[in-house]
Amino acid sequence: MENINLKELFKQEFSKMVAVISNIYGLAHIEVAEDVVSDTFLLAAETWESKGVPDNPTAWLYAVAKQKTLYHFRRNKIFDERVAPHVKHNAEKTTDEPDFSPKHIKDSQLQMLFAICNPAIASEAQIGLALRILCGFGIDEIAEAFMSNKETINKRLFRAKEKLRTETVVMELPPKNEISVRLDNVLHIIYLLFNEGYYSKTESNILRKDFCIEALRLGLMLMDNEITNEPKTNALIALMCFHASRFDARQDNENAHILYEAQNPDLWDNDMIQRGIYYLNASLQGDEVTSYHIEAQIAYHHCLNDNTPNKWQSILQLYNQLLLINYSPAVALNRTYALYRADGKEAALVEAEKLNLQNNHFYHILLGELYTGIDNAKARTNFETAYSLAKTTAEKTGISLKISKL
Amino acid sequence: MKEFALLFRHVEDFDTLPEDEKPAVEKKWQDWIGGIAAQGKLIGEAGVRLASGGKVLKPAGVVTDGPFVEIRECLGGLIVVKADTLEEAVTLAHGCPAMDRGGSVEVRPIFV
Repeated sequence: MENINLKELFKQEFSKMVAVISNIYGLAHIEVAEDVVSDTFLLAAETWESKGVPDNPTAWLYAVAKQKTLYHFRRNKIFDERVAPHVKHNAEKTTDEPDFSPKHIKDSQLQMLFAICNPAIASEAQIGLALRILCGFGIDEIAEAFMSNKETINKRLFRAKEKLRTETVVMELPPKNEISVRLDNVLHIIYLLFNEGYYSKTESNILRKDFCIEALRLGLMLMDNEITNEPKTNALIALMCFHASRFDARQDNENAHILYEAQNPDLWDNDMIQRGIYYLNASLQGDEVTSYHIEAQIAYHHCLNDNTPNKWQSILQLYNQLLLINYSPAVALNRTYALYRADGKEAALVEAEKLNLQNNHFYHILLGELYTGIDNAKARTNFETAYSLAKTTAEKTGISLKISKL
Repeated sequence: MKEFALLFRHVEDFDTLPEDEKPAVEKKWQDWIGGIAAQGKLIGEAGVRLASGGKVLKPAGVVTDGPFVEIRECLGGLIVVKADTLEEAVTLAHGCPAMDRGGSVEVRPIFV
């Protein structure tokens, strides 16, 4: 038996099975659902090793999980005493048998997505919970991504689950009139999840890519259901596609980060870009302009392989718009960089000096970049400040390189 | 941080500009406001832009066709910014495209 297969199967099925089981017994018992699924996989590993992998591994997993679930809840009489009184009002849920039909799996996963992306839980914990429950990542993988340890992550997840209980979060889709607002929160978590993968400081390239793929998958899940398939959902998916298209171009063989300017456009994934364009077009229906819309359009321009001032003018205007609805130091810095590419270093320097983001090393990198060739002494001072503020070795190496080129 | 209104007074109306000059003027405004937003000093999602035309109501129910005849520079729009002092707010107003055509920017503290 190949271990790789089981690992992939786990990723693929864990979230589905936990969602379905939790759907019957409630989120208060989410840990039991996790345990049942983990036990099922443990048994699979043992059984398949000696007897071979069954013809339909997924069906095998579902059948075993079903048995284990029933056994656990019946033996502990949890269902009769604690769960049944709460679920009886819901005609669909009067059975205590997990239903692993494709439709029910989809519905349960969507409900789980809304349950976890609940405003009651702190967003850092939400991402952790989303990675664990919705994407099936291991605690060690989550810890690695957050540059943290297993204990901290476990505590964080525990508190988040506690919150699900105390806030009596239920697995259901929000009522129609609340969908749009609740969807904002779900989209935001997916966006953070994607960024966690895209900008994560972890050195594991595979893990980072997995995060992005999972975020994209959750986005497509929302698109798959007509009530959550809003223009802003498509905008976020487009944004993720455009970013993901450059994944292979961003990293060299030694895992070092390659800046946009130095990337080989031949390595951009054209198929992904085309998909992004499709979703971008779909996002343009309706009147709502979200930051995802603007960011997707910026990302689209970055996928065009021409470096004309025109392209940068368009990007500059988009950043101007983005700042109006969503200010952040990072957007302000990107806007100033676009201004440099559109109107030249002098114009950008005037604006950059006004930003005053003294403790931000990216700010000093940008200033250093702009002063290079105009006032190399000032460029050096800024790069040196950036060097002392930078946190990772990769960043420090990059800055040293810039200093040496002055 | 206090709040200040920057009121743009124009000699010329944007609406009366030749069509081919409009995009360039539009871009100047967006870049200028973007520059303030980049400093994190803009309040609200955008300013208020006043269209030309309109009416003026005066006592005794007298309605006239706008204030434009009485003051040389007419109010074209406004944004609200945050700044520590009036001087800082005036600094933010520098480079405002309203002044390109002989207009002005009026900087007024807002009561909180």
